[in-house]
Amino acid sequence: MILLTLMAIVVIGIIRFKNLFNVIILGSIYSFLMASILLVLDAVDVALTEASVGAGISTVLMLSALYLTKRNENPITHNQIWPLLIALITGALLVFGTYGMPEFGIINTPMHNHVGGEYLARSISDTGIENVVTSVLASYRGFDTLGEVTVIFTAAIGIIAILKKTKTKVK
Amino acid sequence: MRLDVILRIATKIFLPFIFMFAIYVQLHGDFGPGGGFQAGVILAAGVVLYTITFGERKAKEYFPEKLFEIMIPVGVLIFLLTGLYSLIHGYNFLDYTAISHHGTHGQHLGVLIIEMGVLITVSGSMVTIFYNFINRD
Repeated sequence: MILLTLMAIVVIGIIRFKNLFNVIILGSIYSFLMASILLVLDAVDVALTEASVGAGISTVLMLSALYLTKRNENPITHNQIWPLLIALITGALLVFGTYGMPEFGIINTPMHNHVGGEYLARSISDTGIENVVTSVLASYRGFDTLGEVTVIFTAAIGIIAILKKTKTKVK
Repeated sequence: MRLDVILRIATKIFLPFIFMFAIYVQLHGDFGPGGGFQAGVILAAGVVLYTITFGERKAKEYFPEKLFEIMIPVGVLIFLLTGLYSLIHGYNFLDYTAISHHGTHGQHLGVLIIEMGVLITVSGSMVTIFYNFINRD
Protein backbone atom coordinates (compact mmCIF):
# COMPACT_ATOMS: atom_id res chain seq x y z
CA MET A 1 0.00 0.00 0.00
CA ILE A 2 2.82 2.37 0.92
CA LEU A 3 4.60 1.44 -2.30
CA LEU A 4 1.48 2.08 -4.38
CA THR A 5 1.01 5.48 -2.70
CA LEU A 6 4.62 6.37 -3.44
CA MET A 7 4.10 5.31 -7.05
CA ALA A 8 1.07 7.60 -7.32
CA ILE A 9 3.13 10.50 -5.90
CA VAL A 10 5.91 9.80 -8.42
CA VAL A 11 3.40 9.78 -11.29
CA ILE A 12 2.03 13.17 -10.20
CA GLY A 13 5.62 14.42 -10.12
CA ILE A 14 6.21 13.12 -13.65
CA ILE A 15 3.14 15.00 -14.87
CA ARG A 16 4.02 18.25 -13.06
CA PHE A 17 7.72 18.55 -13.92
CA LYS A 18 8.68 20.35 -17.11
CA ASN A 19 12.36 19.48 -16.92
CA LEU A 20 12.84 16.22 -18.81
CA PHE A 21 15.87 15.23 -16.75
CA ASN A 22 13.71 15.18 -13.61
CA VAL A 23 11.07 13.20 -15.45
CA ILE A 24 13.56 10.50 -16.47
CA ILE A 25 14.94 10.18 -12.95
CA LEU A 26 11.39 9.95 -11.56
CA GLY A 27 10.66 7.29 -14.17
CA SER A 28 13.62 5.34 -12.84
CA ILE A 29 12.31 5.68 -9.28
CA TYR A 30 8.91 4.49 -10.51
CA SER A 31 10.53 1.38 -11.99
CA PHE A 32 12.32 0.66 -8.73
CA LEU A 33 9.05 0.95 -6.80
CA MET A 34 7.43 -1.36 -9.35
CA ALA A 35 10.27 -3.85 -8.84
CA SER A 36 9.70 -3.69 -5.07
CA ILE A 37 5.99 -4.39 -5.55
CA LEU A 38 6.78 -7.38 -7.79
CA LEU A 39 9.19 -8.59 -5.10
CA VAL A 40 6.41 -8.35 -2.51
CA LEU A 41 4.19 -10.36 -4.87
CA ASP A 42 6.89 -13.10 -5.00
CA ALA A 43 7.59 -12.57 -8.71
CA VAL A 44 11.36 -12.45 -8.28
CA ASP A 45 12.21 -13.03 -11.94
CA VAL A 46 10.04 -10.15 -13.09
CA ALA A 47 11.33 -7.94 -10.27
CA LEU A 48 14.92 -8.56 -11.35
CA THR A 49 14.02 -7.74 -14.95
CA GLU A 50 12.16 -4.59 -13.94
CA ALA A 51 15.04 -3.40 -11.78
CA SER A 52 17.73 -4.04 -14.38
CA VAL A 53 15.85 -3.11 -17.56
CA GLY A 54 13.31 -0.54 -16.35
CA ALA A 55 15.31 1.27 -13.72
CA GLY A 56 18.80 0.63 -15.02
CA ILE A 57 19.45 0.46 -18.72
CA SER A 58 16.34 2.24 -20.01
CA THR A 59 17.11 5.24 -17.78
CA VAL A 60 20.61 5.40 -19.24
CA LEU A 61 19.24 5.12 -22.78
CA MET A 62 16.64 7.82 -22.07
CA LEU A 63 19.34 10.11 -20.70
CA SER A 64 21.51 9.57 -23.75
CA ALA A 65 18.46 10.28 -25.93
CA LEU A 66 17.88 13.45 -23.89
CA TYR A 67 21.47 14.41 -24.72
CA LEU A 68 20.37 14.65 -28.37
CA THR A 69 17.33 16.86 -27.71
CA LYS A 70 16.36 19.82 -25.55
CA ARG A 71 16.21 19.66 -21.77
CA ASN A 72 12.78 21.17 -21.27
CA GLU A 73 9.33 20.28 -22.43
CA ASN A 74 7.70 22.62 -24.95
CA PRO A 75 4.94 24.79 -23.45
CA ILE A 76 1.48 23.46 -24.24
CA THR A 77 -0.28 25.53 -26.89
CA HIS A 78 -3.23 23.41 -28.03
CA ASN A 79 -6.57 22.82 -26.37
CA GLN A 80 -6.41 20.38 -23.48
CA ILE A 81 -10.12 19.59 -23.15
CA TRP A 82 -10.29 16.74 -25.70
CA PRO A 83 -7.25 14.80 -24.43
CA LEU A 84 -8.66 15.07 -20.89
CA LEU A 85 -12.04 13.81 -22.07
CA ILE A 86 -10.49 10.84 -23.90
CA ALA A 87 -8.33 9.97 -20.88
CA LEU A 88 -11.38 10.14 -18.57
CA ILE A 89 -13.49 7.95 -20.87
CA THR A 90 -10.70 5.37 -21.26
CA GLY A 91 -10.11 5.36 -17.51
CA ALA A 92 -13.82 4.91 -16.81
CA LEU A 93 -13.98 2.03 -19.30
CA LEU A 94 -10.99 0.33 -17.65
CA VAL A 95 -12.54 0.71 -14.18
CA PHE A 96 -15.81 -0.65 -15.59
CA GLY A 97 -13.84 -3.58 -17.02
CA THR A 98 -12.39 -4.50 -13.62
CA TYR A 99 -15.93 -5.26 -12.36
CA GLY A 100 -16.01 -8.19 -14.79
CA MET A 101 -12.86 -9.70 -13.31
CA PRO A 102 -12.95 -12.56 -10.80
CA GLU A 103 -12.37 -11.68 -7.17
CA PHE A 104 -8.76 -11.08 -6.14
CA GLY A 105 -6.91 -14.20 -5.03
CA ILE A 106 -9.70 -16.63 -5.94
CA ILE A 107 -8.41 -20.03 -7.04
CA ASN A 108 -10.75 -21.38 -9.73
CA THR A 109 -10.23 -18.77 -12.40
CA PRO A 110 -9.42 -19.66 -16.01
CA MET A 111 -5.90 -18.39 -15.40
CA HIS A 112 -5.22 -21.05 -12.78
CA ASN A 113 -7.00 -23.92 -14.51
CA HIS A 114 -5.21 -23.74 -17.83
CA VAL A 115 -1.67 -25.04 -18.54
CA GLY A 116 -0.13 -23.30 -15.50
CA GLY A 117 -0.75 -26.15 -13.07
CA GLU A 118 0.45 -28.67 -15.60
CA TYR A 119 3.77 -26.83 -15.96
CA LEU A 120 4.19 -26.58 -12.19
CA ALA A 121 3.56 -30.29 -11.77
CA ARG A 122 5.66 -31.54 -14.66
CA SER A 123 8.56 -29.09 -14.80
CA ILE A 124 11.02 -31.01 -12.63
CA SER A 125 10.37 -34.44 -14.10
CA ASP A 126 10.32 -33.11 -17.66
CA THR A 127 13.25 -30.73 -17.65
CA GLY A 128 15.01 -31.09 -14.29
CA ILE A 129 15.07 -27.30 -14.00
CA GLU A 130 14.10 -26.09 -10.55
CA ASN A 131 13.06 -22.58 -11.53
CA VAL A 132 9.74 -23.06 -13.29
CA VAL A 133 9.94 -19.58 -14.82
CA THR A 134 13.11 -20.57 -16.67
CA SER A 135 11.74 -23.92 -17.78
CA VAL A 136 8.59 -22.29 -19.14
CA LEU A 137 10.51 -19.46 -20.76
CA ALA A 138 13.26 -21.50 -22.35
CA SER A 139 11.78 -24.94 -22.85
CA TYR A 140 7.97 -25.07 -22.99
CA ARG A 141 7.72 -21.66 -24.59
CA GLY A 142 11.07 -21.58 -26.35
CA PHE A 143 9.50 -20.36 -29.54
CA ASP A 144 8.10 -17.27 -27.81
CA THR A 145 11.52 -16.48 -26.39
CA LEU A 146 12.98 -16.76 -29.87
CA GLY A 147 10.40 -14.17 -30.92
CA GLU A 148 11.44 -11.88 -28.06
CA VAL A 149 15.09 -12.13 -29.01
CA THR A 150 14.14 -11.32 -32.59
CA VAL A 151 12.27 -8.23 -31.36
CA ILE A 152 15.39 -7.00 -29.54
CA PHE A 153 17.47 -7.79 -32.61
CA THR A 154 15.08 -5.78 -34.80
CA ALA A 155 15.08 -2.85 -32.37
CA ALA A 156 18.86 -2.70 -32.32
CA ILE A 157 19.11 -2.94 -36.11
CA GLY A 158 16.51 -0.17 -36.45
CA ILE A 159 18.41 2.14 -34.11
CA ILE A 160 21.67 1.43 -35.94
CA ALA A 161 19.95 2.24 -39.24
CA ILE A 162 18.64 5.55 -37.89
CA LEU A 163 21.56 6.80 -35.81
CA LYS A 164 24.69 5.28 -37.31
CA LYS A 165 27.06 7.82 -38.78
CA THR A 166 27.93 6.72 -42.27
CA LYS A 167 31.28 7.53 -43.73
CA THR A 168 30.02 8.66 -47.11
CA LYS A 169 31.44 11.95 -48.28
CA VAL A 170 29.13 14.94 -48.51
CA LYS A 171 29.30 16.48 -51.95
CA MET B 1 43.85 14.60 -12.62
CA ARG B 2 40.32 15.82 -12.15
CA LEU B 3 37.83 15.75 -9.32
CA ASP B 4 36.29 12.45 -10.33
CA VAL B 5 38.93 10.30 -8.63
CA ILE B 6 36.38 8.69 -6.34
CA LEU B 7 34.16 7.92 -9.27
CA ARG B 8 36.96 6.30 -11.24
CA ILE B 9 38.26 4.24 -8.34
CA ALA B 10 34.73 3.14 -7.41
CA THR B 11 34.06 2.11 -11.01
CA LYS B 12 37.27 0.12 -11.10
CA ILE B 13 36.32 -1.69 -7.90
CA PHE B 14 32.71 -2.30 -8.88
CA LEU B 15 33.19 -3.41 -12.46
CA PRO B 16 34.48 -6.96 -11.84
CA PHE B 17 31.63 -7.55 -9.42
CA ILE B 18 29.06 -6.31 -11.93
CA PHE B 19 30.38 -8.67 -14.60
CA MET B 20 30.60 -11.49 -12.08
CA PHE B 21 27.01 -10.87 -11.03
CA ALA B 22 25.95 -10.95 -14.69
CA ILE B 23 27.60 -14.33 -15.14
CA TYR B 24 26.03 -15.57 -11.91
CA VAL B 25 22.55 -14.45 -12.99
CA GLN B 26 23.13 -16.09 -16.36
CA LEU B 27 24.30 -19.48 -15.10
CA HIS B 28 22.08 -19.58 -12.05
CA GLY B 29 18.91 -19.01 -14.06
CA ASP B 30 18.01 -22.70 -13.74
CA PHE B 31 17.80 -22.52 -9.96
CA GLY B 32 16.99 -18.96 -9.00
CA PRO B 33 15.70 -15.79 -10.58
CA GLY B 34 17.54 -14.73 -13.67
CA GLY B 35 18.35 -15.71 -17.20
CA GLY B 36 19.71 -14.39 -20.43
CA PHE B 37 17.71 -11.17 -20.55
CA GLN B 38 18.65 -9.96 -17.09
CA ALA B 39 22.28 -11.06 -17.37
CA GLY B 40 22.63 -9.36 -20.75
CA VAL B 41 21.30 -6.10 -19.38
CA ILE B 42 23.55 -6.24 -16.32
CA LEU B 43 26.55 -6.92 -18.56
CA ALA B 44 25.61 -3.97 -20.76
CA ALA B 45 25.17 -1.81 -17.64
CA GLY B 46 28.76 -2.57 -16.67
CA VAL B 47 30.00 -1.42 -20.08
CA VAL B 48 27.83 1.70 -19.88
CA LEU B 49 29.23 2.53 -16.42
CA TYR B 50 32.77 2.18 -17.73
CA THR B 51 31.99 4.39 -20.73
CA ILE B 52 30.42 7.10 -18.57
CA THR B 53 33.36 7.24 -16.18
CA PHE B 54 36.36 6.78 -18.46
CA GLY B 55 35.10 8.33 -21.66
CA GLU B 56 34.16 6.97 -25.03
CA ARG B 57 37.62 6.53 -26.53
CA LYS B 58 39.05 4.42 -23.73
CA ALA B 59 35.90 2.34 -23.48
CA LYS B 60 36.00 1.44 -27.15
CA GLU B 61 39.53 0.14 -26.71
CA TYR B 62 38.36 -2.52 -24.29
CA PHE B 63 34.79 -2.97 -25.53
CA PRO B 64 35.05 -2.45 -29.29
CA GLU B 65 31.88 -1.29 -30.98
CA LYS B 66 32.28 -3.77 -33.82
CA LEU B 67 32.28 -6.71 -31.42
CA PHE B 68 28.94 -5.74 -29.90
CA GLU B 69 27.47 -5.10 -33.32
CA ILE B 70 28.42 -8.60 -34.39
CA MET B 71 27.00 -10.04 -31.16
CA ILE B 72 23.45 -8.91 -32.07
CA PRO B 73 22.88 -11.35 -34.96
CA VAL B 74 25.14 -14.05 -33.47
CA GLY B 75 22.84 -14.55 -30.48
CA VAL B 76 19.76 -14.91 -32.65
CA LEU B 77 21.66 -17.36 -34.87
CA ILE B 78 22.69 -19.49 -31.87
CA PHE B 79 19.04 -19.66 -30.84
CA LEU B 80 17.82 -20.50 -34.34
CA LEU B 81 20.52 -23.09 -35.01
CA THR B 82 19.69 -24.86 -31.74
CA GLY B 83 16.12 -25.11 -32.97
CA LEU B 84 17.21 -26.31 -36.40
CA TYR B 85 19.58 -28.86 -34.84
CA SER B 86 16.71 -30.65 -33.14
CA LEU B 87 14.63 -30.27 -36.30
CA ILE B 88 17.33 -32.00 -38.38
CA HIS B 89 17.59 -34.84 -35.86
CA GLY B 90 13.92 -35.61 -36.21
CA TYR B 91 12.51 -33.79 -33.20
CA ASN B 92 10.24 -30.78 -32.87
CA PHE B 93 11.70 -27.32 -33.34
CA LEU B 94 13.57 -26.36 -30.14
CA ASP B 95 13.02 -29.78 -28.55
CA TYR B 96 16.24 -30.12 -26.56
CA THR B 97 15.96 -33.89 -26.16
CA ALA B 98 17.81 -34.02 -29.47
CA ILE B 99 20.99 -32.70 -27.84
CA SER B 100 21.37 -35.45 -25.27
CA HIS B 101 19.18 -38.43 -24.36
CA HIS B 102 20.49 -38.70 -20.83
CA GLY B 103 17.25 -38.02 -18.97
CA THR B 104 16.86 -34.32 -18.50
CA HIS B 105 20.44 -33.63 -19.49
CA GLY B 106 19.48 -32.43 -22.96
CA GLN B 107 16.99 -29.97 -21.52
CA HIS B 108 19.65 -28.51 -19.24
CA LEU B 109 22.13 -28.13 -22.08
CA GLY B 110 19.56 -26.73 -24.47
CA VAL B 111 18.37 -24.13 -21.99
CA LEU B 112 21.98 -23.17 -21.25
CA ILE B 113 22.75 -22.74 -24.96
CA ILE B 114 19.71 -20.66 -25.82
CA GLU B 115 20.15 -18.51 -22.68
CA MET B 116 23.66 -17.86 -23.95
CA GLY B 117 22.17 -16.74 -27.27
CA VAL B 118 19.75 -14.44 -25.45
CA LEU B 119 22.60 -12.97 -23.38
CA ILE B 120 24.71 -12.29 -26.45
CA THR B 121 21.91 -10.59 -28.38
CA VAL B 122 20.63 -8.53 -25.44
CA SER B 123 24.00 -7.23 -24.26
CA GLY B 124 25.09 -6.58 -27.84
CA SER B 125 21.92 -4.61 -28.60
CA MET B 126 22.00 -2.55 -25.41
CA VAL B 127 25.64 -1.55 -25.77
CA THR B 128 25.24 -0.82 -29.49
CA ILE B 129 22.19 1.37 -28.86
CA PHE B 130 24.10 3.23 -26.14
CA TYR B 131 27.19 3.71 -28.34
CA ASN B 132 25.03 4.96 -31.21
CA PHE B 133 23.37 7.54 -28.97
CA ILE B 134 26.63 8.92 -27.60
CA ASN B 135 28.22 8.95 -31.06
CA ARG B 136 25.67 11.53 -32.19
CA ASP B 137 26.97 14.72 -30.74
